[in-house]
Amino acid sequence: MPRRIVIGIRGVGHRVIDSIWRLGYAARFFTLTLLKSGTSMRRFSLIIRELYFTGVLTMIIILVSGLFVGMVLGLQGYETLQKYGAETAVGTLVALSLVRELGPVVAALLFASRAGSAITAEIGLMKATEQLDAMGMMAVDPIARVVAPRFWAGVISMPLLAAIFSAMGIFGGYLVAVVLIGVDEGSFWSQMQSSVDFRFDIVNGVIKTCFFGVAVTAIAVFEGYDAQPTAEGVSAATTRTVVTSALVILGLDFVLTSFMFRGVG
Amino acid sequence: MTTETLVEIKDLNFSYDKRPILKGVNMTMPHGKVIAIMGGSGCGKTTLLRLIGGAVTPSSGYVKVANQVVHELSRNELFLLRRKMSMLFQFGALFTDLSVFDNVAFQMREHTDLPESVIRDLVLMKLHAVGLRGAHNLMPAELSGGMARRVALARSIALDPMLVMYDEPFAGLDPISLSVIGNLIRRLTDALGMTSIVVTHDVEASLKIVDYVYFISEGVIAAQGTPAEVSESVSPFVHQFVHGEMDGPVPFHYPAETYATDLNLESNFA
Amino acid sequence: MHRTTMDLWVGLFVIAGIGALLILALKVGNLGTYSEAQSYTLIGYFENVGGLKIRAPVKSAGVVVGRVKDIQFSTKTFDAAVTMKIDNRYQFPKDTFASILTSGLLGAQYIGLAAGGDEGMLKSGDKIMKTNSALVLEEMIGRFLFDKASEDGDGGDGGTF
Repeated sequence: MPRRIVIGIRGVGHRVIDSIWRLGYAARFFTLTLLKSGTSMRRFSLIIRELYFTGVLTMIIILVSGLFVGMVLGLQGYETLQKYGAETAVGTLVALSLVRELGPVVAALLFASRAGSAITAEIGLMKATEQLDAMGMMAVDPIARVVAPRFWAGVISMPLLAAIFSAMGIFGGYLVAVVLIGVDEGSFWSQMQSSVDFRFDIVNGVIKTCFFGVAVTAIAVFEGYDAQPTAEGVSAATTRTVVTSALVILGLDFVLTSFMFRGVG
Repeated sequence: MTTETLVEIKDLNFSYDKRPILKGVNMTMPHGKVIAIMGGSGCGKTTLLRLIGGAVTPSSGYVKVANQVVHELSRNELFLLRRKMSMLFQFGALFTDLSVFDNVAFQMREHTDLPESVIRDLVLMKLHAVGLRGAHNLMPAELSGGMARRVALARSIALDPMLVMYDEPFAGLDPISLSVIGNLIRRLTDALGMTSIVVTHDVEASLKIVDYVYFISEGVIAAQGTPAEVSESVSPFVHQFVHGEMDGPVPFHYPAETYATDLNLESNFA
Repeated sequence: MHRTTMDLWVGLFVIAGIGALLILALKVGNLGTYSEAQSYTLIGYFENVGGLKIRAPVKSAGVVVGRVKDIQFSTKTFDAAVTMKIDNRYQFPKDTFASILTSGLLGAQYIGLAAGGDEGMLKSGDKIMKTNSALVLEEMIGRFLFDKASEDGDGGDGGTF
């Protein structure tokens, strides 16, 4: 029996050491990516190309889901608020939930599963088919040429996508509450405007999305670069990207929220 | 210049996770020749190329390319050296997100400030050399295996390197593509005055085009010589390899207990 | 994908994203009607701020004229020092009366400014001399019960609430 306990403890230790090692490796990779970003900044067309793949191609899913999330919020909010005769506050409810939480978080989750997984799969496959090795042999650093542009494109896309998501959601809420149900349009907007603060709600929401953008793309490029160069390895890495990103987004959201909204509103 | 030594390998040892891969390899590769490195699968041929390219560091000994010890170079010096050599990977390793044209133009755009019109002419010349000028608009996914290999060949000679390494250039090709690639390697080496190192286990295709052959077995050089010498060789290993015999110095059976012991026959008789 | 088509789409994407941010800022966040840059500071000392929060509105005659910037406890006077940012467009006389009020029965609390008749105007950093604290529900109920008890006890000389 004690032997089994020792083996168990050893297993725990092994895992802890492994994950710390991996974390350190990831941090080193992240630093290298930042240091080698000069090339992609000088040749911005590299980033534009990746903006197309991470931003434009994710925009469709963001537009559609934003609209539906906003419509559901409008409907549910109206159902609840009208019991208290406060149905004009539905604008406030939709706007605050989207701008503070749902916009950044849901957009980041969608971004991770659409763009993040694509980045991991692409870099992983480039590694599996020796394209990264070939690039290195051509004296071109794969981190500077392949990883950095994708990283920056993701970091730039994320806040824009989240803003589109929130704006689309508020439009969806407006459609349901004002156009379909008939809440007074003037009070819908004025209640929203009097309770949403630019600095504390919108700017904080944008700051959140910037953090999410860095986290998700950093995870995606690292998992791709670190993938086992086989078909199974790449598919496992893609799954890891989505799962890790989702956990990191939700955890980070809690931490950021508790810092941002402490002591106010 | 023509007979000068371009690559010199001295007492090269390399281990991977304490498992020795190369054990005291010595080679000299003169300028302007096509040199083949042959051996069974997993004997360390590809590792040797990676050592020459500076992708891995030897445990002891050294590789000298153009009188520079590769593993002692700084990162920048290594990248400068790598601009003068190139490598053709096993399955081409074309950049799948770039067209054939952009693949060949890749190094020119990364390393030179040539105007786009000059790059266009150069790329078409390189593609013409491998007979694929008409395919410059295709994407790598639209190419056959042999065509992809030829594009990769055009890409590897894009900056007129002094040394090109080929990792299994004949693997998985049909006989026509195979002889096309073989002839291209020979012709381009002669025409561009470069040196080629071909790692392969395809005896027939390579003996036709190379100037010198090294056989590697279990991490050491088992035999070496010109194609003529090799074909005549009485060395049992070379004979087995060249004629593709099933058993010989490279045994058919993985080391094991005697057959009888494994099947518990001896104990029955005892 | 052709290079120019890609550029076009990326351009559209970036414009859409920035447009969405602007909509959020202007239409939803109502930026532009009130800006901190063109404002001055007033300080008021209150015995009890109740549930007043940072960013709560400062209103005069029901119109929002500013926001609460900061609430601190002063160890000198042992009461709450409330810093307010007031829009430069609105100037108040020196004897302005500040009280903490509640919107609706259970709504959020805000500061109401009632202008006095003094000739001189309050300048940035000035202290509002006349303040009225927040009504705290427990105190109200406590006082009501106490009054009620004393009323029943001695025939009602206590003032009605």
